[in-house]
Amino acid sequence: MASGADVIRRIKDQIEEVDPKEVRDLSQNGNGNAPVIVDVREQHEFEEAHLPGAIHVPRGHLESRIEGAVSDRSQPVVLYCASGNRSALAAHTMQELLGYEDVASMRGGITLWKDRGYEVEVPRALTGEQRERYSRHLLVPEIGLEGQMKLLDARVLLLGAGGLGSPAALYLAAAGVGTIGIVDNDVVDLSNLQRQVAHSNDRIGMPKVDSAEVSIHEINPDVNVEKHPVRLGADNIMEIVEGYDVIVDGLDNFPTRYLLNDASVRLQIPVVSASILGFEGQLSVFHPYEGPCYRCLYPTPPPAELAPSCGAAGVLGVLPGVMGLLQSVEVIKLVTGAGDTMAGRLLLYDALGTTFTELKVRRDPECPICSREPDSISDDEMGVFPDYELFCAGAG
Amino acid sequence: MSTVKIPPVLRASTGGAKEIEASGANVGDVLRSLAEQHPATESQLFSEGGDLNRYVNVYLNDEDVRVLDGLDTGVSESDTIVILPAMAGGCR
Repeated sequence: MASGADVIRRIKDQIEEVDPKEVRDLSQNGNGNAPVIVDVREQHEFEEAHLPGAIHVPRGHLESRIEGAVSDRSQPVVLYCASGNRSALAAHTMQELLGYEDVASMRGGITLWKDRGYEVEVPRALTGEQRERYSRHLLVPEIGLEGQMKLLDARVLLLGAGGLGSPAALYLAAAGVGTIGIVDNDVVDLSNLQRQVAHSNDRIGMPKVDSAEVSIHEINPDVNVEKHPVRLGADNIMEIVEGYDVIVDGLDNFPTRYLLNDASVRLQIPVVSASILGFEGQLSVFHPYEGPCYRCLYPTPPPAELAPSCGAAGVLGVLPGVMGLLQSVEVIKLVTGAGDTMAGRLLLYDALGTTFTELKVRRDPECPICSREPDSISDDEMGVFPDYELFCAGAG
Repeated sequence: MSTVKIPPVLRASTGGAKEIEASGANVGDVLRSLAEQHPATESQLFSEGGDLNRYVNVYLNDEDVRVLDGLDTGVSESDTIVILPAMAGGCR
């Protein structure tokens, strides 16, 4: 019977081993052929320190997770562990059983790497409780520890804690968004509870910002809630939205939507926008200077008779839930950088027919706001649109 | 015949119909054919000068006709035209 050491020796003969210096040179020259560096050690070892840019796939989960991390089997991959044994075994598995064509194991592991004085990354760590709470995020390669840290550092502002803001507040809190700001000057009303799931029967009459805070903390006590119990207006918008990373727009009127657009372009904050009526919803992301703004899509609002509110026209209670959660997904993607956002696209959802229609939204090269430098947009222009006076008079 | 998708706010003007079949060689003709079938839509789509109202977006399939040839954009039988006025709500 061969000893364990014999097996490792034999396997090392069957795979390619590379020296830490070679790994460092390859990953630094950045000519596009840089290998993916995979740390196959255990979670706590990875969290102590790892090679810069390394992704983490513990050897025990190699077969089930490596394809999620490295989907292209011709992609050069360098594996490492503490001293080079576990990574040799993992390289053998990837080469012989999983069909990866260019796998190597780093000789001497991170121990030799450090002995050479090469740089390591010391990641911020989650607490044990956080690791448990966010474990399903940590398992998704597109989010992982890095994405979760970004979520924990993120500051997201919800404009309204109503139909759209409620589901967004609950799910973004659950997802671990570190700071959630809420702008709402309304109080909870019985007629809200058909759809505004952040509130409850026993909180009727309570300010919505306070009621939403209670629900957020019931789900995730670590979330820092910033309450703005005011009506958003030209006099306070810049002060309120500044410093947030993403804005979730659930506003119920056009003048404030234009005002928000102009402020977000000036401050270069992406806005995840949704609107709902009856059985239909619209969704888009307005990412200043990377995609169109709200004014590129809608240069001017419709007359008041063509812009009924839910209060007047009604809405299926579940619909803002669907749209608010689609907004939340966009927020998570903007924060973590995963996937493609809805910037430059408009989604129309028809709940009655269950149809999704996607339209292209282009930047308007003559847009009165986002065709200009952010600093050149003056206070006087904010929120103004053609026929503004007439519109506001009509909306009464 | 092309298919015109009618947004919720215009359905009162089309007897509740969500889609209308209308004929025409270009986007303008199709929309004018729609307005003939449902006269109440005309003032909502067109300004007095016959141009498309600024607050109405019109898409040929998934592309804004403003980046194509506007109302002169050619239309074939299998095309879908989407009329899209801005929606504001939000629901307090």
